[in-house]
Amino acid sequence: MAWAGKLLRVNLTTGTCKSEPLNMTWAKDYLGSRGLATKYFTEEVDAKVDPLSVENKIIWSTGPLTGTMASTGGRFTVVTKGPLTGAIACSNSGGYWGAELKFAGWDMVIFEGKSPKPVYLYIQDDKAELLDADYIWGKTIWETEPAIKTKHQDPLIRVSSIGRSGENGVLYSAIVNDLHRAAGRSGVGAVMGSKNLKAIAVRGTKGVGNIKDPKAFMHAVKEAKKVLAGNAVTGQGLPTYGTQVLMNVINEVGALPTRNHQDVQFESAKDISAEAMATPRASDGKAHLVTNQACFGCTIACGRISKIDETHFTVQNRPQYWGANGGLEYEAAWALGAANGVKDLEALQFANLICNEDGIDPITFGATVGAVMELYEMGVLTKEQIGIAAPFGSAEALCHLVEITAHSEGFGKEMGLGSKRLTEKYGHPDLSMSVKGQEFPAYDGRVIQGIGLGYATSNRGACHLRGYTIASEILGIPVKTEPTDTDGKPELLKAFQDATAAFDAAGICVFTSFAWTLNDVAPQVQAACGEEFTVENLTLIGERIWNMEKDFNLRAGFTRKDDMLPKRLMTEAAKTGPAKGVVSGLDKMLPIYYQVRGWDAEGNIKPETRKRLGL
Amino acid sequence: MQKSLHINADKCTGCLQCEMACSFENYGIFNTAQSRIKVFDFHHTGKKVPYTCTQCDEAWCLHACPVEAIQIDAASGAKVVREDICVGCKVCTIACPFGTINYVQETGKVQKCDLCDGNPACADACPTGAITYVDANWTGLDKMREWADKVGNQAAGA
Repeated sequence: MAWAGKLLRVNLTTGTCKSEPLNMTWAKDYLGSRGLATKYFTEEVDAKVDPLSVENKIIWSTGPLTGTMASTGGRFTVVTKGPLTGAIACSNSGGYWGAELKFAGWDMVIFEGKSPKPVYLYIQDDKAELLDADYIWGKTIWETEPAIKTKHQDPLIRVSSIGRSGENGVLYSAIVNDLHRAAGRSGVGAVMGSKNLKAIAVRGTKGVGNIKDPKAFMHAVKEAKKVLAGNAVTGQGLPTYGTQVLMNVINEVGALPTRNHQDVQFESAKDISAEAMATPRASDGKAHLVTNQACFGCTIACGRISKIDETHFTVQNRPQYWGANGGLEYEAAWALGAANGVKDLEALQFANLICNEDGIDPITFGATVGAVMELYEMGVLTKEQIGIAAPFGSAEALCHLVEITAHSEGFGKEMGLGSKRLTEKYGHPDLSMSVKGQEFPAYDGRVIQGIGLGYATSNRGACHLRGYTIASEILGIPVKTEPTDTDGKPELLKAFQDATAAFDAAGICVFTSFAWTLNDVAPQVQAACGEEFTVENLTLIGERIWNMEKDFNLRAGFTRKDDMLPKRLMTEAAKTGPAKGVVSGLDKMLPIYYQVRGWDAEGNIKPETRKRLGL
Repeated sequence: MQKSLHINADKCTGCLQCEMACSFENYGIFNTAQSRIKVFDFHHTGKKVPYTCTQCDEAWCLHACPVEAIQIDAASGAKVVREDICVGCKVCTIACPFGTINYVQETGKVQKCDLCDGNPACADACPTGAITYVDANWTGLDKMREWADKVGNQAAGA
């Protein structure tokens, strides 16, 4: 029935690995990946736990479609309590690692406790053991992956690991697999580091064979792939330009947050756009972009693979950085670029490369740089403190900051706190562009009202991937809504949030939802898992997942006041562009959103809602 | 008309749909470890290259086999392993210059691409046209067309 039917429970304190049958009742109610892992997590872990303590747990989980031929069926989710936010953390990644875990015969791996010394988990099909990580501790991700493959004399091993930032407790450390795909946000890598867990190395040779109705599944998969290929976004825009197709589009609508959200348009957006990546450089005549790349099973292939100009100041005499590497994706290009006013494309690629190499979330990092640059321009932080002059627009400062953050050197230790803690420390908490301690992604939440409400209510802190209303508000998918309108946005957002949770739980990529609705997903899940996974049921599962996450946050102590946007978005109007003069209408939308969700005025889940969802 | 599997690595994105299609066609399972086509990912250059048996006319594997377990499918021209005859001696894996015939420890036999009886699942699954199944005499047709177009443009521009 598409699930492997068993999970691996690893106790790091005692060093034991044991197999458990998957709770199939829960699998029916929460499907897999984000849903099922969060169910296990919230059942087993006290919501009040310190995220970096031995009592926290961390789970890697695949979905039922992970490792199948369903397009984009290679996704997995890392679930834990996030150290950046103190909320539920739920970070999704692609690449090949998730499918490999499933091929080895496991739906998920649950880690509990803390290892007395650095270790990594090595899984070969049914066999799993914790091994001494002495030879890789202190190494980057790009050193760790080949070192493990060499050690075990197996080039086909897939690795999910942390770099030095995760070891050193950078609060927004990512967990990276396959060199440049990441479970990126909320600091899941710091939890891994706090447990002395360096990596999970997997080799799976058993495959996924227990599809309920293979013939119907192959038919549904084929039809759904045709829908992706025929869609303008998934069939043309994303493969050709990647997510970077958005840079000029979002700038034109006046929703590209610039210089720590002081502006909504970046005068040099075109210099860091997809078009710039494809244009030959003056220095060596080569384009920045080398090729696109797919994750496992993906027929979209939005990933970017690029090369830095070898003569650029960041990589001169550093040939280890001359090879092809992942990026730039839109979020990173924005966070490292527009958010700081930096227009040097090569510098952005370098900063992105360091984020991949040592496992840092480029969104939170870039936004923290933005806050630091603003504090520098205000005279609150000095050149002496930071180690370099750091005005907006300084590519040198950006590249200096990324290296000292990755290595936790000097001011890099403060950078590693993220913008909320850092701005609080220097007396200007309003300058942190974040919700629940997690920084905004690349769409201005005061101009695009739906996504602003989405940031405020996202269960893992500010995030665009919980309910990507940009699809409707900018791209007109499935219907065009006006970005600056607040009417109807709570309802729109709820629909996006619930559907997205179902996509995530299935083990497929949310980018398919540019072309697919649950009407395209349901036939694939039904053929793989069972007839009961109708569109209606998947929608209900999505809503159940959303409320389960919310319930955890409520128990962790989050209240209505944590569903707020920073003062800047509420009071400082957009200065330029089509939405000039606009501020966030969150005050109007939030009460309606709570009603639409079946929550009370304080954002608590009403008993009848719990009952309806079976919580 | 005989057809050949034709690979254009420039179009490969590394999605592995071909590997899954191969294992599903032959074993009814999604398992890249059992695929007869393999995609290689060269990180340093960003190149992804699918690779499998090219069905040599004078097939080294076929000639090396001591029990005549590798036979020619008359319709497709594929060199096909007869599992009922193969003794798992692996001599063919040594003879093949390209590494595209491999031993399977679970079955004690060798496996290689057999062109799926003339309807290769990998080519069918490939979303970008990196793997195609085309007229064996005209595997260069697309490339010729591309260059012809360039030449034509130059002529028009001159």
